[in-house]
Parts: sequence; C-alpha cells; structure tokens
Amino acid sequence: MLKTTTPEIEEIKTKTKKKHYSFSLNAKDKYYALLFLGPSLLILSVFVFYPMLKTLYISMFLTNTLGKTTVFNGFNNYTQLLSSPEYITSMISTLIYVLSVTVLTVSIGLLLANLASQKLAGIGVFRTLYSITMGVSVSVAAIFWLFIFNPSTGFFAIISNYLHLPVMNWLTDPKMAMWAVIITTVWMNLGFTFLILLGSISSVPTTLYEAASVEGASNRRQFFKITIPMISPTLFFVSTITLIDSFKSFGLIDLITKGGPTNSTNMLVYRIYKDAFYSGNYGQASSEAIILTIIIAFFTFLQFKFLEKRVNY
Amino acid sequence: MMTSNKPNRLNKFFSYLLLIVLAIIILAPFFIGIWTSFLPTMDIAQGNFFSTKISFDNYAAALTKTPIIRYLGNSLVISTLTMIAQLIFCSMSAYAFVFLKFKYRNAIFVLFLITMMLPFEAEIIPNFTTVKNLGMLDNYSVLLIPFLTSAFGTFMLRQAFMQTPAELKEASDIEGLNHFQFYWSIVLPYNKISLITLGAYSFLGAWNQYLWPMLTTFSNNSRLIQNGLRQLQSEETFNDWGMIQASAAIIVIPTIIVLFIGQHYFKSGMNEGAVK
Repeated sequence: MLKTTTPEIEEIKTKTKKKHYSFSLNAKDKYYALLFLGPSLLILSVFVFYPMLKTLYISMFLTNTLGKTTVFNGFNNYTQLLSSPEYITSMISTLIYVLSVTVLTVSIGLLLANLASQKLAGIGVFRTLYSITMGVSVSVAAIFWLFIFNPSTGFFAIISNYLHLPVMNWLTDPKMAMWAVIITTVWMNLGFTFLILLGSISSVPTTLYEAASVEGASNRRQFFKITIPMISPTLFFVSTITLIDSFKSFGLIDLITKGGPTNSTNMLVYRIYKDAFYSGNYGQASSEAIILTIIIAFFTFLQFKFLEKRVNY
Repeated sequence: MMTSNKPNRLNKFFSYLLLIVLAIIILAPFFIGIWTSFLPTMDIAQGNFFSTKISFDNYAAALTKTPIIRYLGNSLVISTLTMIAQLIFCSMSAYAFVFLKFKYRNAIFVLFLITMMLPFEAEIIPNFTTVKNLGMLDNYSVLLIPFLTSAFGTFMLRQAFMQTPAELKEASDIEGLNHFQFYWSIVLPYNKISLITLGAYSFLGAWNQYLWPMLTTFSNNSRLIQNGLRQLQSEETFNDWGMIQASAAIIVIPTIIVLFIGQHYFKSGMNEGAVK
C-alpha cells in the first residue's frame, strides 16, 4: 500500500507531457482490457460491491427470523443503535481497544526498532528475535496467552501463588478481559510493526546523525529531532494500519473472551457476527456493518491523503 | 538510530542488557507454550512446571488423535491457491490500469480504490447468503473464490508497474510484442520483488483468515487450521493443555523456520512495497 503518488496527477502528466507511456492507441486494447480486468472486476462485483449495496439496503429494513427483509424502517435501525446504551458501550470498548493497541504497538515497536538499529555485534540475532511474532497466527497467539491467563493452571496464576499475591481473574473480570485481549493483540502485532519501523530507521542517512554528534547532540535529542521526524510517514503508516486492523479484530476476541465477560469485549465486528448469526437480527447487524464501514473508510481515506502529501519524493 | 557518541563500554553493556531483557519478554509466551507442550497434562494441571517427565507424548497425541494434519493441509492448500490466484489476477488488472487504454479506465480505477476502503467484515451477511445460495458452503471453493483477487493487490502492483521504464514498452512495441507477451515476459519479471511481496502478503492473509472460514465451513474436510485449533481447544479436549500447546507448536514452528530463512528477503520487499 502505499507508494501513493496521486494517480490523477500522474494521469494528467502522462497525457500532457507524453513523456511516459506513449500508448499505441489500438482498438485491440479494449479486448485486452476486458481480458485483463474482467476476472477481478467480476469477483469484486459479486463479493464487494454487491454485498456492500445489499448491506446498505438491508440496514434500512426490519428482518424476519429467516433474514428476509420485512418492513422498511428507514434510518430507524441507525437511530436505535446510536441511542442504545449497549451499542454505545460497544463503541467505547472498541475505541479503548483500538487506541490502546495502536499506541502500545507503535511505541513498543518504535522502542524495539530504535534499539535494534544500533551497530552492535550480534544485533542481527535480536532483530530476528524481535520479529518472531510475525510467524504467529491468531489461534496460536490466543492459545499461548490463554494458557498464561488461565486462573488455575496459568503462568500468571502460578507466579502469583508463588509470590503469595492474589490471583487476577484475567478472563472473568470485565476490565482485565479487555487487557487480556489488548496484550495478546499487541504481542501479535509487534513483529510486523518492528520490522517496518526498523526498515525505516535504517534508511535515515547516517550523515545526519554524524553531524548531530559533532555538534554534541545527545542520543535522546537525536532520536526526537532526527529519527522521529525522518520516519514520520512510516510512523503514520503503521499507526493507521494498526488502527484499521484493530477495528476489524475478530479472531482473537472470539478465541480469548467470546465478547464477554458481560459484553465487555463485545466489539464492533464481534457484535455484527453475534447479532446476525446468533440472534438473526440481520437488519440491525447490517446497520452496524455500515457504521463500521464508515469508520474504516474514514481512516483509510486519511491514510491515503496523508501519505500522498508526505511520501512523495 | 542510536549512534553512541563514543564507544563506551558501560553504554554497550546497558544496551545489551536492555536488548536481552526485551527479547526474553517477547519470547516468554513461546517458551512457556513450547515448554508446556512437553509436560504431562497432570503436571500442568497441578502447576508443576518443573516436571521431569518430559516427552513427545503430547505431540504424538495431537498428531494421531486430532485432525490437525488435515486442518494444516487445508490451510496450506487454500493459502497457496489464494496466493497464486491473487498474483495472476491482481497483476493482470494492474497491467490493464497502467498499459491499456480503454473507456472509463479512471472511473473503474476509482471503484477499485473505494473497494480498498470497504472492510470485508462488514459484507459478510450478504456474502454468506450468496455462497449459501450457490451451494458453496463447507467446500474449498467458498474459502477461495471470494479472495481470488483484491483491490489492494491491484493497487499495489499498479504503483509498481508505473515505475517500469517507458523504454521497455517502446522496445517491445518495436519488437512487435503484443500485450500478453509484454505482460508476461517483461512486466512480470521486472517487478519480481513487488510480486513476491504481494505473494507473501496474500499467503499470510489467507493463513490468518478466521471469521469467514468459521462461518462457511463446518466439517473437518474443509476446516482451516485457525478454526481447527479453536475447535480442539473449546470442545474435544478441554483442559488437555499439553496437547493443545503441542498443536500450537506444530503450527508455529514451521512458520517461524520459514520466516527465519526468508526474513531478509521479506523485510526488504515489505519496505519497498509497503512504505516508500
């Protein structure tokens, strides 16, 4: 994603200057276009465009138990959702989750990347170790951490027992359950974020640091005055990616808490799934899906816009 | 980059200390999981972590008593096929956007851009109905067909293809290559790195799928590993922590070995393709 040069501007450039691709304007192009673009267009139409419009349509209806639309309800599904305390709670817990995950993943990733960019003997080993969670899939991460959080046999419980501290109910206390999901998500994301940030930090010209060192700037100062500004497009990129991905989180929640306890981790996507496929309330679930789409489209758009401006060299 | 002003021994010592402590914290869940996979379930249940009865029994049990091999095979097949399909279809549509002139090209491209902003999670309700009506449930096809192509892949490859030197196109026009020949013998090889990046990305994406396969598959014949592990953990063998950890280890160890081998390649590819 994201070597974003404005496509439109690029287009105009090629058209006006005719320096880039001199198209052989050929009638055959039309058939090639159909051949080359056809399959993708077909798949996207059936599995993206159509379902999106259909979701929008269903979101304005009441549905029966078979999921068939019955009564036109206009925007009532939306107003009902947005005035339901339960949905607002879901929204808030999603925001807490998304913000915590993003802030923690990016700041820890940045710390690790900065440390691992030092020129030290054997640093390669640490780089490899820090990126290890890239190889961990959702279910594996969940199993490792479920065991750690387990209140009777888990690692934390055993440590607490050993130290004669009270055992924390990670999975049954609503507040702790949220943290259990956050910790697992951050841990799982860390490898990817670390690698991207490390790559970005390594591409900062060393001459900048040398000049700063000559002038006696401390490491901390160099980090905030050189590293951070130089890698800011990448920081923005990993932040929005993490943000968007955590809005869509489903697997870890299903594996660790199943939305519970007492709905404390019943976040946006999990709600859609439960309302649609457990309760059979397709109309409401569709409105929730549309709200989710608006949120995610907004951040994706922001990402495009920002990267277009910043990363254009 | 933390350039140490003077090679200071104490600084170095603290750097290594910090690096090691952080490595231990990150690796701890692995160590705990994998160590547990060698212990008898009885000892785990009693919190006896320093059991002397270390064995591969849990692994043997996971491999023989559960369909984990089948799940793994399913995931491998689906992820590989998804990757191949996306490489073919995304590169074809990207080619169309860069090298072909046709009506509504920009409009169609904008449609692709919009698609990138629509989360698949929000479309599952009609999609579920579609695949149900098509009789695709609990079948490889349901896991594959919706993901044959992606707007993201098309977009990413389009960005890469635009960097292909114009001279190559001119030369191939002189040579009399048609679009298919140019696409196949020039554009694809020239953009190998971006293709590898997309390949890795789509493979991992398919491997980590969770919600869609959970909705659409319900027998061991088509169930994927992510959902399979959930199945093991929640139903069949509750509390058999040793075996569950062994199953997790069976899945994670090969991935990590592949990652170690391909790390350098992957890293540079990701940085080129992902962030300029």
